[in-house]
Amino acid sequence: MTHLNVTRRQFNVTTAALAGGGMMLGFHMPAHGAATNKSPWLLPTDKEGTEINAWIAIDPDGGVTMRVPHTEQGQGALTSVPMMLAEELHIDWKSVRAVFASANRHVRNNNEYVTMSTAGSNVVRSRHPHIMAAGASARERLKEAAAKAWNVARADVVAKDGVLTAGNRRGTFAEFATAAAAIRLEAEPKIKTPDQWWLLGTSVQRLDIPHKVNGSAQYSIDTRLPNMVYANVVCCPVPWGELKSFNFEAIKGRPGVIGAYEMKMGNGRGGADMQSGVAVVADSFYRAKTALDLLPIEWDFGPNAAVSNATLAADVQRFMTMPGEAVGDNAGGDVFAMIANPGNAKVVKAEYHRPYETHFRMEPINATVSVTADRVDVWTPSQDQSAALQRAANQSGMDPKNVYTHTTFIGGAFGGGGGGNTAVTRQATELSKTLGRPVKLMWTREEDVRHDKQRSPHTTQFTALLGADGYPTTFFSRSIGTETRVTSGVADMPYKIPNRRHERSLQPSHIPTASHRAPGTNQNGFILEGFVDEMAIAGGINPLDWRLKMTEGANDWQAVLKVMKEKSGFRIDLPRGEGMGVAIMEDHASICGACATVTVSRRGQLTVEKVMVVINSQHIINPLNCAEQLEGAACWELGTAWFAGLDLRDGRFTNTNIDTYQLMRINQMPPVEVHFALTKGGTWGGMGEPAGPPTPGAVANAIFFATGKRIRSTPFRNHDLSWA
Amino acid sequence: MALTLSVNGTNHTVDVEPETPLLWVLRDTIGLTGTKYGCGIARCGACTVHIDGQPVKSCNTKVSAAVGTRVTTIEGLSANSTHPVQVAWTEMGVPQCGYCQSGQIMAAAALLSKRARPTDAEIDEAMVDNLCRCGTYLRIRSAIHRAAELGAR
Repeated sequence: MTHLNVTRRQFNVTTAALAGGGMMLGFHMPAHGAATNKSPWLLPTDKEGTEINAWIAIDPDGGVTMRVPHTEQGQGALTSVPMMLAEELHIDWKSVRAVFASANRHVRNNNEYVTMSTAGSNVVRSRHPHIMAAGASARERLKEAAAKAWNVARADVVAKDGVLTAGNRRGTFAEFATAAAAIRLEAEPKIKTPDQWWLLGTSVQRLDIPHKVNGSAQYSIDTRLPNMVYANVVCCPVPWGELKSFNFEAIKGRPGVIGAYEMKMGNGRGGADMQSGVAVVADSFYRAKTALDLLPIEWDFGPNAAVSNATLAADVQRFMTMPGEAVGDNAGGDVFAMIANPGNAKVVKAEYHRPYETHFRMEPINATVSVTADRVDVWTPSQDQSAALQRAANQSGMDPKNVYTHTTFIGGAFGGGGGGNTAVTRQATELSKTLGRPVKLMWTREEDVRHDKQRSPHTTQFTALLGADGYPTTFFSRSIGTETRVTSGVADMPYKIPNRRHERSLQPSHIPTASHRAPGTNQNGFILEGFVDEMAIAGGINPLDWRLKMTEGANDWQAVLKVMKEKSGFRIDLPRGEGMGVAIMEDHASICGACATVTVSRRGQLTVEKVMVVINSQHIINPLNCAEQLEGAACWELGTAWFAGLDLRDGRFTNTNIDTYQLMRINQMPPVEVHFALTKGGTWGGMGEPAGPPTPGAVANAIFFATGKRIRSTPFRNHDLSWA
Repeated sequence: MALTLSVNGTNHTVDVEPETPLLWVLRDTIGLTGTKYGCGIARCGACTVHIDGQPVKSCNTKVSAAVGTRVTTIEGLSANSTHPVQVAWTEMGVPQCGYCQSGQIMAAAALLSKRARPTDAEIDEAMVDNLCRCGTYLRIRSAIHRAAELGAR
C-alpha cells in the first residue's frame, strides 16, 4: 500500500512566525510556535517520539506530539484538545505539535480515545475530564520517573514548562519519557480545577490557521491517489423512490467514461444510509458529471411524490386539532379548562413555523475509498472518523482492524458530518470494491442539498392567559415536527408559569433528517422567544424586564439577562423604523442571550445594525476562539432565518443551490459584540452552537418594535416589512 | 485536446475538452487543490482565482478562455504566505473551517490591487459573492483593512 503515501505527507514541524495582533475584545494573545501540518492525520504505523500514553508522545528535541481524536471543522478542536493536554502536562505551548489520532488504533484498542465523535458542542464541555486526565496522568508518570531516578518523593518533583526539577536536580520531559512510559501509577491524579489553570482561559490562536491561508490544508475532497477514478452520483430526487432503469449506451462513448453503476438502496429506513441511484465513473470528475447529466434515467418516484410543503402544512393543522404527547416540564392545574373559561384573563394566541433547512456546508459531500484485498482506506468529512471506519468495514466486508480512515480537515460540519454524509462512504466503498481501484466520489452541490439529511420543520401553537399584573398564569404549547427535538427549549423553558403544559406530535415525512447546528433550539429560539415578546407586550411589560422577572431564582439565566440589561441599552421607545429586541435560550448547557438592533426602511428594507451576544457557559478555555464561535453561530442562524427555507414540491426539494437557497453574505452581516457572563458552576456549557438560537428571535422582536409587524415564520425575507 | 495554460508562472499542457471549467483542470488535472468547488454556478466564490490579475470564478470559466492568460491560484499568490492579505488573515485568525478562505483571500487580494484603502462598503461590494458558512465575515472585513495597512508599508 505504499501508493497511499504519495499524498500522505510526512509530519513536518512548521515554524511560521505568527504575530499576535490586536483582536476584537482586546484579548492578549501569547506568542506562537505551536504547530500542526497541512495533512495531519495519523496512521498506526506512524512513529513520533516516545509515547507516554495514547494522547501524548515526547520527541527527543522536546517537541510534544498531541493526538486529537476529534475532527477539526472550524470549531477549534485541533487546538482546544492540545490546550487541555498541555494545561495538565505543563509544557511550553510552543512545543505542541497537533495531529489527528488514528481511528484504526481507536477501534483496534477497544475505543482507546473513549469516543471520536465530534458533535453536540462536546469536545471541551463534556470530554475535558478524560482529556485532561490523560495529560495529568502523563505528567505524574514523568514525575514518578524522575522521583525514582533521583530517589526523592514524587510530591517533591515539580513539572513545569517541559522540565522536571527537585531541589537542584533537573531534567527535561524528553529525558524521562522512556522511563515514564513504563510506569503504572497506583492511583490516577485528579484533574485541575479552573482556579489552578495557567493556559486554559487564555486566548490562543488556532494551530490550523497557517495552512488555511495558502491552500495547503488538506480536505477530504482534495484527496488524490494514483490510479484513482472519479464518481458522480444522482439518487432519486424523491427520497425513497427507486431507480427503474438507465441507458448507459447513450453515454458510453463520451471521453473518459468508465461505466455507470446502480447504487442500491441501503439498509432500510432506520439506517437511511443510501438512497437508490446511479453513479457514473470517469477519469475526471467533470467528465463523470457531464456524462451523468446526459444519462437517460427513469425513476419510480413512489407515493412521496405527492408530498409538498403545502401538504405537510395541512398535516400540521390536522395534528393541531388532536391531543399530543405531554412532554417536558408541566405543572399546575388543568390548562385546557382554564383556556376554555378564561374569565377576565387576557388571552394571547399565536402559531409559529419554521420550514425544512439544509446544512449547505461549504465542502460538498464526498468520500474517497480504496478497497484492496487486505485493507480499506477512507477519506471522508465525517464528524466521527471511527464511525466512518465501521461503515466502510460493513460495506466492504473487511475486518474493521484493516480499515483506515485519514482524518482530513473538514469544510464545515454543523451536524451534517455526523449523520448527514454517511451515504457517500458506502457508495464509494461499493464502487471501489466493484472497480478494484480507488474511487473519489463527489456529490454536486445540487445533490448535496437534495440528499443532505435536513433539519426538521417546526410548528408550534401557543396559548397563554395573562393575570391582572400582566404576567402569564397559564401557558399551553402544542408542537408538531418530524423529530422529538421539536420541543427542545420550549418544553423545558425557564419561565415557571404557574399552570403550564407542553404537547408534542410527530408528523410523518419521507425526508431524512439529522442534527443541524443547535438542533431544535435553533428553530425554537425564534419560535418561543417571539411568543414571549407577544405575552410581555400584551401584558404591558418591557420584554427584557419580563424575562428577568420570569427567571427569578434561576441564577444562570439571571447572570446573562443582567449583563444584557447593563451592556445593551435595550429600549422599546425608539422612533418608528428603529427597534431593539431580545431573546434567550439554553442550548448544549450554555445559556445564551442576544440583543439585536435593527432599522427597517419605510419600504421594508431590513438592516441588522448590531447583535450583542451574552453567554453563560460556566467556563471558557479560549476566549478568542469562543468569540469566533459565537459570531459564527449568530451568523449561521440569522442567515437561515432571514434568507433560507427549503421548498419541497412533488416530493423533492427544488431550491438546491445558493442562487435560490439564499444565505448570509458579508454585506448583511451585522457587527457582533460578545460578552461572557460566567457563573463558574460544575457543568460546562458548549460554545459552537448556543449563539444561534436567540439571534433570530432577537431580530424578529426588534423588527416588531421597528414596524409593528410580528413575524411568526421564516424566512424573514418572505414578509412585507414596509410601514407607513 | 491539448491546451497550454500558464498557472502560477508555470506552463502546463493539459488534454481536456476546451469547455471544461478551469476549476476542474486546476484541481483534477494539474493537482492544485487549494481552489475549491462550492456551488458550481459562480455564486459562492470558493473557486475564485485571478486571470491576468482579475478575480474570476473558475467554476464557470472555460479552460479555453484561460489559454494565453496568466492564471494565479492561492498556491501562487505568494511564496511562504507573505502576501499582505495572507499575513493579515493569519494575524487575525480569520479562517474557521477554512474551505472558503482560498476564494476569500483571492477576492480580497484582487480588491486591494485596485483599491489600496477600501471602505467597508467597497469591501462588501467586492466580497459579496464569497459565501462563508462559518460566519467569518467580520474578521474578513477587519483583515482586509489590516492588509491595506500592511500593503501600504
